[in-house]
Amino acid sequence: MSNMLEVADLGHTYGDYEAIGGLSFTVRAGELVCVVGPSGCGKSTLLRTISGLIEPSRGDVSLKGSHLAVVFQDYQRSLFPWLTVQGNVEFPLRGLPRAERKARAAEALEWVGLGKAAKKRPWQLSGGMQQRVAIARALAYRPALLLMDEPFASVDAQTRFELEDLLLRVRREHDTTVLVVTHDIDESVYLGDRILVLSGSPARLVADLEVPLPAERDQVTTRTDEAFVALRSRVARLLNVGKPSLDVEKWAEAERESLSETVSS
Amino acid sequence: MRAFTRGLLGIAGFLALWELLGRSTLVPAEALVPPSVVFGELAAQLVDPVFLRHVVATVLALLIAIVVAIAVAVPSGLVLGSVPAVRHATRAVVEFLRPIPSVALIPLALVILGFGPETKITLAVYAAVWPILFNTIYALDELDPLQVETARVFGTGRVGVLFRVALPSALPFVLTGIRLAATTALIVMVSVELMAGADIGLGYFIMEARSGAGRMDQVLAGTVVAGVIGVLLNNGLERVRRRWVAW
Amino acid sequence: MNRFVQRWTVFAVLIVVWQVLGWLADDPFFPPPSQIVTAAYEWWVLEPQNVTEHILPSVGRLLSGWAIACVIGVSLGLLLGRSDRAMEYAGPLLVFLRSIPPPALVPVFLLLFKGGTSMQLATIVFGVVWPVLLNSVDGARSVDVTKVDTSAVFGIPRWQWVLGVVLPAASPKIFAGLRVSLSLSLVLMVISELVATDNGIGSQLMQAQREFDYTRMWAGIVLLGVLGYGLNTALLAVERRALAWQPRSRDEQHA
Repeated sequence: MSNMLEVADLGHTYGDYEAIGGLSFTVRAGELVCVVGPSGCGKSTLLRTISGLIEPSRGDVSLKGSHLAVVFQDYQRSLFPWLTVQGNVEFPLRGLPRAERKARAAEALEWVGLGKAAKKRPWQLSGGMQQRVAIARALAYRPALLLMDEPFASVDAQTRFELEDLLLRVRREHDTTVLVVTHDIDESVYLGDRILVLSGSPARLVADLEVPLPAERDQVTTRTDEAFVALRSRVARLLNVGKPSLDVEKWAEAERESLSETVSS
Repeated sequence: MRAFTRGLLGIAGFLALWELLGRSTLVPAEALVPPSVVFGELAAQLVDPVFLRHVVATVLALLIAIVVAIAVAVPSGLVLGSVPAVRHATRAVVEFLRPIPSVALIPLALVILGFGPETKITLAVYAAVWPILFNTIYALDELDPLQVETARVFGTGRVGVLFRVALPSALPFVLTGIRLAATTALIVMVSVELMAGADIGLGYFIMEARSGAGRMDQVLAGTVVAGVIGVLLNNGLERVRRRWVAW
Repeated sequence: MNRFVQRWTVFAVLIVVWQVLGWLADDPFFPPPSQIVTAAYEWWVLEPQNVTEHILPSVGRLLSGWAIACVIGVSLGLLLGRSDRAMEYAGPLLVFLRSIPPPALVPVFLLLFKGGTSMQLATIVFGVVWPVLLNSVDGARSVDVTKVDTSAVFGIPRWQWVLGVVLPAASPKIFAGLRVSLSLSLVLMVISELVATDNGIGSQLMQAQREFDYTRMWAGIVLLGVLGYGLNTALLAVERRALAWQPRSRDEQHA
């Protein structure tokens, strides 16, 4: 399989502060990769350098294909309140003829199950539905890579599960290449084909893990799957090890907890 | 500090452009006197007690007008903002009075009040009342009902709520209103002096310089002083707002 | 509906009180409303040329001056608002220029434009451009980071960025500026007509005063009030339509 995204020795510093320290990884076509790391480890900087919003201090980002799309955590601000849902999805398609724009937007809204909400304003929808509009907008753009920045961190738990399954379905149906940045370990395991574990600041790659789970996933059975639980604990341990100041007590505690959870489930 | 330097550069660029235009043949020389001449004249005027008396007269009348406007507008705003019935009842009257331009009242004020400082002060008050009034009403609309309920739970009465909760939380808006009102009052003040033939004041100085000797350098020098008064007033009130409203 | 009745009742009662007081006082400075209405009728309805020669030119100058100021203010404001650097250069200058009482420049405009309509337009534009400009700057600055990022990621063309993102995001603030400017336009229209013209509402007002015709003077003042009320109501209606997309209903908002 060909590589959709190649990141080589990517580093970024703000003044004296080193946010990312030399990251190298690839994302293959059709793959869903999760980047997981502790809060404030430079994940946002990573996303901003990959999406071209900021120029990295060093290293290289090369994308196969002309453009990528981003789904931001803050859907309320990312969507434009003066446009309808349809208008928001058409937003990145201005260069196209009107008819095609309409068709693509309608299609993308169908994919996320919002065909009936096209005429509404985003703020008339619930949070989860708004984030689905943002996903539809990204998909309508037909990006070579779909970047997601903590996409489900601002919705309630129930909605979060729905959106995770929606993402898995949509990317399977349309063979989309996705890179999800998250701080949520469970989410990274549930969603990912592969997980990139980052250390705290400056962000460095601690591990690159394949997820040994079938493509079809289910909120109940997958989450209790032995492979899921094992990988989840492993990522948790890696994240703790990655911390600059290792708190042994806390680490031991986390270990016990994850073990007891394994047993009880 | 660098932003400050850039600001100075911006003003310097504007003056240079004005100088160039003033010295070129593009515009009639007597209309746009170049700043080098204007500032020379300004320096001469600033040590002239007659000119200073004009400036002081305008500033004093302006301060009186602002104080009177606050004394009228804030209490009325508090009443209109906290008693909905009064507000709805007076709304048509207020909305009809507000758009009447204060300068349209010049003839009327001249007839009733004569040519003394009462006329310009009254008209400036009329113009300055509206921004303060509306900002006060608006501030009470924005009042957090939770704060009011908290105060009432602790046994604060209606008047107590007004003075200890509503007024402090409305203060930032009110101060913004006062700042807007001060700028408007200055414009009206100088306009009235210019047009209504007062016998003292910056506007009178400008009018006299124009109609008497056609001294455009004096007209522009007076205008610059009026602008500086405006900047000082605006920045001063902005500073007061930032200092007082630390919450 | 109840409130509508309530507020116009108070208005009507005040008019009646004024009428009665006017009769009782019989003071030439304070004519009762009935006389003012009669004067207005004689002045504008029986002599319609007064409408075409004075009122319409006044309104025309007011609206064109305001429109020019809006175009300049919005375009310059959006431009400056999206560049912190440009604002650092221009900010203090703008504060100074805004503080200049526009009537003080009337003599300059008189010489520059040799009187007439262009001088009046210059006075109105100079006087009313600042609220639009400064509000547009404020509005353009208020585009939040996520929208800036979203626009950048999708690589939208420049015109769409300006017209499709910055302008709508700034529009609530811009409208606030437009309203302030519209009422200021009325003030400056009158000022510019008091000085150097023989037509327009302002000059008629001055003339009435010179002829000691206080009833007509009152009629002129009332006309300006009605004009201001009408213009403001019309702009509010436009604003309500244009900003219908705003999440919170902002009914009954003043300022």
